[in-house]
Amino acid sequence: MGADGRALLRLTDLTVDFASQEGMVHAVDRVSFQVAPGELVGLVGESGCGKSVTAGAIIGLTGMLPNVTMSGSVEFDGRDLLTLPEAEVRAIRGRQISMIFQDPITSLNPVLSIERLMTEGLELHLGLSHADAVKRSIALLDEVGIPKAASRIKDYPHQFSGGMRQRVMIAIALSCNPRLLLADEPTTALDVTIQAQILRLLKRLSREHEAAVIVITHDLGVVAGMCRRILVMYAGRIVESGPAKALFARPHHPYTVGLLKSVPRLDEPRRDTLQTISGLPPDLAHLPPGCAFAPRCFLATDECWQAEPELASTGDGRLSACFHSASLHEAAGVVA
Amino acid sequence: MSDHGGGYRPHKPDVDRETIGAYRRTVGGLEPETEIDLGLGTSIAPAAEIGTAVGAAGMWNPDALLIEHRSLWGDIWRRFRRDRFAMIGVVIIIAIVLIAVLAPWIAPHDPTRQYSEGLTMEGMPVGSSSQFPLGTDTLGRDLLSRLMYGARVSLVVGVLANGFALVLGVVFGLTAGYFRGWVETLLMRMTDVMMAFPIILLAVALVSVLKPSIWILILVIGIVYWTPMTRVIHGEVLSIREKEFVDAARLTGCSSARILFRHILPHLVAVILVYTSLGLATTILFEATLSYIGLGVQPPTPSWGQMIAEGQSYYLSAPHLVIYPGLAIMITVLAFNLVGDGLRDAFDPKQRRR
Repeated sequence: MGADGRALLRLTDLTVDFASQEGMVHAVDRVSFQVAPGELVGLVGESGCGKSVTAGAIIGLTGMLPNVTMSGSVEFDGRDLLTLPEAEVRAIRGRQISMIFQDPITSLNPVLSIERLMTEGLELHLGLSHADAVKRSIALLDEVGIPKAASRIKDYPHQFSGGMRQRVMIAIALSCNPRLLLADEPTTALDVTIQAQILRLLKRLSREHEAAVIVITHDLGVVAGMCRRILVMYAGRIVESGPAKALFARPHHPYTVGLLKSVPRLDEPRRDTLQTISGLPPDLAHLPPGCAFAPRCFLATDECWQAEPELASTGDGRLSACFHSASLHEAAGVVA
Repeated sequence: MSDHGGGYRPHKPDVDRETIGAYRRTVGGLEPETEIDLGLGTSIAPAAEIGTAVGAAGMWNPDALLIEHRSLWGDIWRRFRRDRFAMIGVVIIIAIVLIAVLAPWIAPHDPTRQYSEGLTMEGMPVGSSSQFPLGTDTLGRDLLSRLMYGARVSLVVGVLANGFALVLGVVFGLTAGYFRGWVETLLMRMTDVMMAFPIILLAVALVSVLKPSIWILILVIGIVYWTPMTRVIHGEVLSIREKEFVDAARLTGCSSARILFRHILPHLVAVILVYTSLGLATTILFEATLSYIGLGVQPPTPSWGQMIAEGQSYYLSAPHLVIYPGLAIMITVLAFNLVGDGLRDAFDPKQRRR
């Protein structure tokens, strides 16, 4: 972790609220974390926990939504993206920070050829001539494993398969050698057989292009093989973070325990039913007064219902927002 | 886009019974000529080539089956070309355009010259003769020549007024749909107000304040006819702007103008083409209307609406004075409507009504 202050990205108390008819929805609540240059970070949590809103806030999409208020700061390279003028943010977007979307079918404009889609950023940010941009695009398509890239660059997105389209997305995202790549559910829309390929590709390219990557997913399997550090989000807050190996081996938050238990495993005797976390994620407009996870937690005590646990160090560079972090491992063993 | 009514109709692929029948028959015998069109942008090769795809090296080579990869535009063109009514419309429009362009060379007479032999002793217009194929008008001028020159006015006013309305409609619609907020409220409420106005009254008021001329006519028709296009474009942009690829373009660092014109506008080509061809029919008709009530092109320049107005008091004694210009207007408007309908069907085969 970039404890030496040389963080590429530093979020400090990022809070995103949406005004809705039900009142204020706290989509992201005082989220702080850092990403070092070249680091691979996984941001994990179930649907609606605020992962995508956090990513949107980093790249500036969230701020364009109506009825949104944001506070805190998103420092990229020492500059706060939330207060920077739009023109300067636009110069960073696509150049320094880029994003891979969940669904390559809807995120590639169907009426534009791959050539147009790929060269746009290159011409806009790097000032390349069209011919140079085309040359570079073909090289990039080669790099992401599109066969016969030179002859396919005039094709349109619908002429590519889902996996190929995601490769094109990755090529576009990496085209200007960004220093930070946000991958929002990069493999969710793909066949299982393609997922591993895409993840391997993403990992290799981020190393070769020296780009830091934040992988946003609900699938622990995706981040397990790829990321060195994991951030677990629940109800708009980070509830646990730490190095991937230690976190998987010995989670310090009961929500992480639940997530891990609900991953089907091949190396354990088969159970009849897949374990799930009981209950539903809380309504972000009406959060319970104490810990947001308390209603679904197997460890919850009176304390949990009254006060909200702060994210605190549990040693070894790990953080957890739970009163029972210390006794969790034994308790989890009992429950399982 | 307006007549979705009548419930959902499943998309009928362009495979007609005969083709399917032929395909069935060829399963054993492989009839060589049949091309199976799946309506998907690719077609399966004639049966003979299926044979070669398997045959050549004894290996199955699926690439050999895809004989041509048709583009989106190729598909639209094929569907359009197959539409008989639309093709009739195209032929008529080409003919009218040729007549209008070539009028000075092919018209038998000067349209403004009054011939003494063009009037009877009683001062009445003469009927058709070898000198005046469609007869003459009340001032002894050749009706056919006047009709030919009248086509120029109709087309020029129709095209330019419609183009003006189109530009206004596209710019307003794009801006309102994309930026939302107060811009949208202002533009769309303005559109509502304009649509609530009786347009003939508005046009009459505008033309009579300004001096009637061909340019004023174009301006006025453009001003009263931008509203439908604005509404349609606005609606389309509202749905397109929420698509993920617009976010993706934003994240590439594109400015709003770039997103609007390079990423969103190409999606609107179909709508714009269809509404332009249908709009041409409307503007041509409206030009005729204004000329008929004397607010259009001023005499002696001939225009179809004005010719009907001049001839209407003679409709019993010389009915050809109203029949021929009326037919000219009707045929022209019909042709543009046929093409517009054909384009709509070609762009959106799911909506086909035939």
